[in-house]
Amino acid sequence: MAARSWLPHPNLTLFLFIVWVLLMNTLSVGVVLLGALLAWWLPSITRAFWPEVPHVNSGWKLFRFMLLVLGDIVHANMVAFRLILGPTRKLHPAWIEMPIDLDDPFAVTVLASTISLTPGTVTVEVGRGHHKLLIHALNAEDPDALVAHLKARYETRIKEIFE
Amino acid sequence: MMATVIEFIVAALLLAGAAFALVGSIGLARLPDFFQRLHGPTKATTLGVGCTVLASAFYFSWLEGGISLHELLIVMFLFITAPVSAHTVARAALHRHVKTSSRTRGEPWKH
Amino acid sequence: MIAAVIPVALAMMSLALLLNLFRLLRGPEITDRILALDTMYINSIALIVLYGIQQGSDLIFEAAMLIAVMGFLGTVAVAKYLLRGDIIE
Repeated sequence: MAARSWLPHPNLTLFLFIVWVLLMNTLSVGVVLLGALLAWWLPSITRAFWPEVPHVNSGWKLFRFMLLVLGDIVHANMVAFRLILGPTRKLHPAWIEMPIDLDDPFAVTVLASTISLTPGTVTVEVGRGHHKLLIHALNAEDPDALVAHLKARYETRIKEIFE
Repeated sequence: MMATVIEFIVAALLLAGAAFALVGSIGLARLPDFFQRLHGPTKATTLGVGCTVLASAFYFSWLEGGISLHELLIVMFLFITAPVSAHTVARAALHRHVKTSSRTRGEPWKH
Repeated sequence: MIAAVIPVALAMMSLALLLNLFRLLRGPEITDRILALDTMYINSIALIVLYGIQQGSDLIFEAAMLIAVMGFLGTVAVAKYLLRGDIIE
């Protein structure tokens, strides 16, 4: 608990520090000191705005998940290339409801964003109580298989990382 | 040698970026209904700008002989905001009952 | 090699912006127009960055960053306005 009070949001602190250094685009002593000070101070004074701090179980898994998503984004765009330039008659657009079993709102947000960035799917609505997502797919010949794929590839990993 | 390699990487990234952005915009222009058009900009255009900005980061790192990574901030920002803006615009469209093409299957809110 | 590639990339980006403009004027729904504007600002970031590479100037980065931030806020604000203005059922 003692650690909590002087460093309420370690991930946000790290994030702010990285953003500061990137924005300044140098790594001089002054930049690092001021960055460290701001990164520590801002989360402390804005604590009241952060009702719950997202909990990351394993930074390494999070990093691997980000690499996986990055790879999928590139792959998804290759697929989108073909879909967009091909005949539109061959597309199978569909609305899909995807049940989810994540509880943490932050984890749901990450899942929804990941789905929006990858293969032909955009999250349109998050159901009340975060139990399902409404997804629009550009080309889904088999909606059930798509849901199974999304669940296996992203949801289980996000569940491992955040819950 | 090093210069050639970097020049090649930058040129390839620039071309790939422009191609992705163009394809995203073609999707926006030619796909038949709003929800299908939504897919082009959210994915292809974002990645296109990502590639272009990455090329810029490589180029200026090489030109100025240091590491110039602040362009990555733009990529980071775009990749975080693209799904959010797609989501809000899509919700607005859903609430306004924007028409979808007759080929779209399944409308879960109807049953 | 870069000097040869940049004009090609600039031409492709300009074509992309023209296609966005087509969608902006054509509509037909207001959400299509918002989406077109959203895509236009993202493409214009790429255009600005390309111009920066061509000029060999890193200073243009701040402009690109500002457009990214303001464009996102604009899109979300207009979409939110539409959501509040017309609520179903």
